[in-house]
Amino acid sequence: MAHRLQLSTIRFFAYTLTKVFKNLFRSICVNEEGIQRLQQAIQEHPVVLLPSHRSYMDFLLMSYILYTYDLALPVIAAGMDFMGMKVVGEMLRMSGAFFIRRSFGGDKLYWAVFSEYVKTILKNGFAPLEFFLEGTRSRTAKSLTPKLGLLNIVMDPFFKGEVFDVNLVPVSISYERILEESLYARELLGVPKPKESTSGLFKARKVLSEDYGSIHIYFGQPVSVRSLSQGKIDRCQFNLIPRHIPKKPTEEIQGFVNDSAYRLVRAQEENMVLKPWVLLASLLLQNHHQSQASGQRPGLTRDELTQQAAWLRDLSRQYGAFLHWPDHASPSEVVSSSLSLHRGLVKMSEGRIQLAVEQGGQVNPGEPRTAVTPEEELLNRAVVILSCASYRNQALHVFLRPALLASALHAASSNHKQEVFNSFSFLRNMFSNEFILCPGATVQDFEEACFLLMKTGELQVTEHEVLVTERGQRTLGFLTNMLDPFLQGYQVVCRFLCEEASEALTEKQFIPDVRKFIIKHLLAGRLRYSEVLSSDLQKNALAALLRLGAVQKMKGAQQGTLKVNKVMVNSLEDTLGGKLPTQKAAVARL
Amino acid sequence: MAFNSSGGGSYRQQIAQQRLRIITGHLQRPEDDDSAISAVECKAPSSESDASSSEGKTVPRRRHEIMKWNGWGYSDTRFLFNKKGQAEFTGKRYRLSGLIIPGLKDWMEGTFGASVQHKSQATPILNSSSVQPPNLNEAFVEELKSTGVPYSHDAEDRVFRAHGHCLHEIFALREGKIGRVPDMVVWPNCHDDVVKIVELACKHNVCLIPYGGGTSVSSALECPPEETRSIVSLDTSQMNRILWIDEKNLTAHVEAGIVGQDLERLLNESGYCTGHEPDSMEFSSLGGWVATRASGMKKNIYGNIEDLVVHMKMVTPRGVIEKSCQGPRMSTGPDIHHFILGSEGTLGVVTEVTMKIRPMPEYQKYGSVVFPNFEQGVACLREIAKQRCAPASVRLMDNEQFKFGHALKPQVSSIFTSFVDGLKKFYITKFKGFDPNRLCVATLLFEGNRDRVLQHEKQVYDIAAKFGGLAAGEDNGQRGYMLTFVIAYLRDLGMDYYVIGESFETSVPWDRVLDMCRNVKARIVHECKERGVQFPPLSTCRVTQTYDAGACVYFYFAFNYRGLSDPVHVYEQVEHAAREEILASGGSLSHHHGVGKLRKAWMRETISNVGMGMLQSVKDYVDPANIFGNRNLL
Repeated sequence: MAHRLQLSTIRFFAYTLTKVFKNLFRSICVNEEGIQRLQQAIQEHPVVLLPSHRSYMDFLLMSYILYTYDLALPVIAAGMDFMGMKVVGEMLRMSGAFFIRRSFGGDKLYWAVFSEYVKTILKNGFAPLEFFLEGTRSRTAKSLTPKLGLLNIVMDPFFKGEVFDVNLVPVSISYERILEESLYARELLGVPKPKESTSGLFKARKVLSEDYGSIHIYFGQPVSVRSLSQGKIDRCQFNLIPRHIPKKPTEEIQGFVNDSAYRLVRAQEENMVLKPWVLLASLLLQNHHQSQASGQRPGLTRDELTQQAAWLRDLSRQYGAFLHWPDHASPSEVVSSSLSLHRGLVKMSEGRIQLAVEQGGQVNPGEPRTAVTPEEELLNRAVVILSCASYRNQALHVFLRPALLASALHAASSNHKQEVFNSFSFLRNMFSNEFILCPGATVQDFEEACFLLMKTGELQVTEHEVLVTERGQRTLGFLTNMLDPFLQGYQVVCRFLCEEASEALTEKQFIPDVRKFIIKHLLAGRLRYSEVLSSDLQKNALAALLRLGAVQKMKGAQQGTLKVNKVMVNSLEDTLGGKLPTQKAAVARL
Repeated sequence: MAFNSSGGGSYRQQIAQQRLRIITGHLQRPEDDDSAISAVECKAPSSESDASSSEGKTVPRRRHEIMKWNGWGYSDTRFLFNKKGQAEFTGKRYRLSGLIIPGLKDWMEGTFGASVQHKSQATPILNSSSVQPPNLNEAFVEELKSTGVPYSHDAEDRVFRAHGHCLHEIFALREGKIGRVPDMVVWPNCHDDVVKIVELACKHNVCLIPYGGGTSVSSALECPPEETRSIVSLDTSQMNRILWIDEKNLTAHVEAGIVGQDLERLLNESGYCTGHEPDSMEFSSLGGWVATRASGMKKNIYGNIEDLVVHMKMVTPRGVIEKSCQGPRMSTGPDIHHFILGSEGTLGVVTEVTMKIRPMPEYQKYGSVVFPNFEQGVACLREIAKQRCAPASVRLMDNEQFKFGHALKPQVSSIFTSFVDGLKKFYITKFKGFDPNRLCVATLLFEGNRDRVLQHEKQVYDIAAKFGGLAAGEDNGQRGYMLTFVIAYLRDLGMDYYVIGESFETSVPWDRVLDMCRNVKARIVHECKERGVQFPPLSTCRVTQTYDAGACVYFYFAFNYRGLSDPVHVYEQVEHAAREEILASGGSLSHHHGVGKLRKAWMRETISNVGMGMLQSVKDYVDPANIFGNRNLL
């Protein structure tokens, strides 16, 4: 633990980073009013910076920006694995990072020392604290469900009256092109994450020669823990025990911290700047799957793509997306410039723009190409699809609620509002490990979805019925398609558990087994979306099933084995596939 | 006050001197028996004229003759800005009286953004027509007449007894707004009178509200607007005799209506004191102290009221409650005194109290210590408490209050003094490097045997030095304590210029003192801003008492209300928020002001459901018809 701030190290970093950044990126955009708000907040109360985590660059960037704007440099909670890096680990330490274990297990002493350290930093208030709510880098560019440990620790001094308030500042960092793009995709497909090492960093320097577009950093509105907790937390509960004695947070507090964490991640999502490419990726991906299914020629002409992109631009704007679409340029120029930046993922063939899947991606152009088995080819294709999907995922939060409603409409047997709501609520519940859906906000989400779709004229919602209008078909089709890979993915996981899972299936073995199962189905053409190969999706599906009680983790002798309730998993699968009405699933859940 | 002589006198000499002093006291006593020590039983009720003119007693029946009806204290004493625009303290009663206070105007302008040009004048005289006509219970009045207990239903008398000194009460009076007031005032002369009155009240179902000094700051004296019965204010001010002094046991038996200054003065004449000196002691009464669990500034030596009381009598609708002996401690179940202490007039009237007395201290010495910051000051107080060597009184003011105290320095007469002051300032800020915007000051009062005081003083200053404290002289200390009685007058000056404010207090464990002070002060500033107060408020605190396990903290809060349509409402909201913050930061609902009606809402969470039930069942047994219907506490 412990950081050691040294100005010389920071100056060194600042110098090199300036060079590196200039090389890598076209521009780094920061919202200056956000910086001003931050400056103000730092003067008032202790500040906790909560950046989104998409890349290793995140914390370097954060410190770099704060240094550039002459603000106090943050103290960063970083994963222990960075400490393993020689020299660099020490240098990170000297630029304000401190290292923590990723999990504490039952080590109470470690926890006590660590939380006291964090609280002391906070209470002294000399420097803002920085950590990642998501806990780890999101490989899929979707926000991860927040981790609560550190948030709990930073809120504690407020609850105990040791500070007047704590300002939480969500920061959204969006990359036009992520450095780790294909690395993530490979990782999701089962190539393990390389150990952080200094030599690895040097090897990675070849990325320096590429163009990674621009970065947008948005400092969100500071959220005061005091006003968040107003009327929700009775701070008197801490009056009767000396404050230094660590105590497990009550359910009330845990619930509050959880709600706040979701709110903050939502704020990060909403402030994430979306580039036109994100929309293009969504369109190209859908086109790819549709053409695959229907056997048409894949790809879109430039005009088609431009026209569709403009449509999607307008739609996403109506849904409140934070879209950075250069209005001074014509749509076709915007499209071309986006495509050129992501040359690795798209190709032009016969005047049609399509995903660059045939060559197996351009991931490792240096490596000699050996004989390719169908399985390897599939994986290579999946790399491109997953990279592309990670861009689409950036926009997912904009469309998520309407898309859930669209899928619910699709699945519901009638247009009865109650039935649609049941279906919506089922899907939402199913996917709450996959997407950021604030706990207990089903009704609000449903209403928001209805409102958005009504606003754009795609839906008519009366007291008892939800009707799709004529012009709504296109949008709803697009939205359903967006969610379809996830629906199918969850179904396939369920099918795996019903058909293949043995008695002795362990949690460790789950991912490799399910992957094999999926590859088999993909090769046999029974499954459309190679996206389903993403281990993130598989893990989330398992987590959801565990949460719903369809699968149980065994304790005791058979530690780590999974016990599958096949009847329930089966009924969940059928409900996801629209074969069963939602009420039954609800019963099954009980 | 101090007896500086007889430092080296032998023990026997001291005893002799003591006796001599007491005898002198007896010889010097005024002709009028009423006003001095006597062991006689309650006489036949004296006629109205001579009771009100009794000499040596501060409080006449018609209080408004010497006291302000819509402000603090004596009518002849107030702050004002004279023709030259300088602040001046009028009257002759205090050491500051008649002096010019040059710094006050700048301080007020600087702190509140107030201006001498913008005056908010109070209604000068009470308009009797705005007072509701009394709702009298004829049968009660008839029978009362036959007992001979004096009573009145004059508008002035009734209005005077309808309020304490909460901001909203005084603000309303200044605007000439009168709400529900008692329908009648009675002045019992002795315990037996009270017994008669309570009996009659029970018989005729009349609501009684005991009234002592009227210095409540918890809305305890406000008449419940929902009360439909005739409300009778029972003013104990004429029950003000010391009935006997027991020198062997060092106790005195006193009628509960006596006000603090009279009690001290009369005991002093016999060479004794109680040592109980709450800031309101000029006007607050012994019965009031008991009813609110009062605390005196010198509690470190003499104890709080619950430590001082040996025996007491209270008249309740069920009869008189008292213990059968004067044993110093008893193990006879829960102490029934603790049902009386803090009962806030909901159970009955305290009529007579036997309390501990002490020989007057031989030697008194003031002192003060400057600390570089408040944190250091609190650490020092904590250490003093830990070593159990707190002086008679120790108070730590934060920086804002230090500045405030500075602004109240009277004009100095000689160039020499101002030169010395300048030198001191130079030494502390320049030579010692104290930041004038962070430093804070503790005032000290030592009392007792001369040698011991000097020794004690050294011990305390040594501890202070460990926390960076610098002795800052006796004068500063003495001025601090002198201001205690004067400060209350200052609110009226503020109210003349659109500034409203009040103080409130709490007690808190040591480890939370700093956090609570910071949070509450910040909350006040925050809430004022939220509610549209145009100027930053004064939000300051001081630690006024130390205990083994914690401290008592006083907050002062005031703001300029120009531009607000309903300043009192804003004020109340901010005070409410501040109290919430106190409770959330580990502070108590009250250290010594009591609950009254102002803080009733928090009682349940403070003492738990069962606790409330216990208190309620006592009330239900003692006063089933709610004769003592001021509706405080529960």
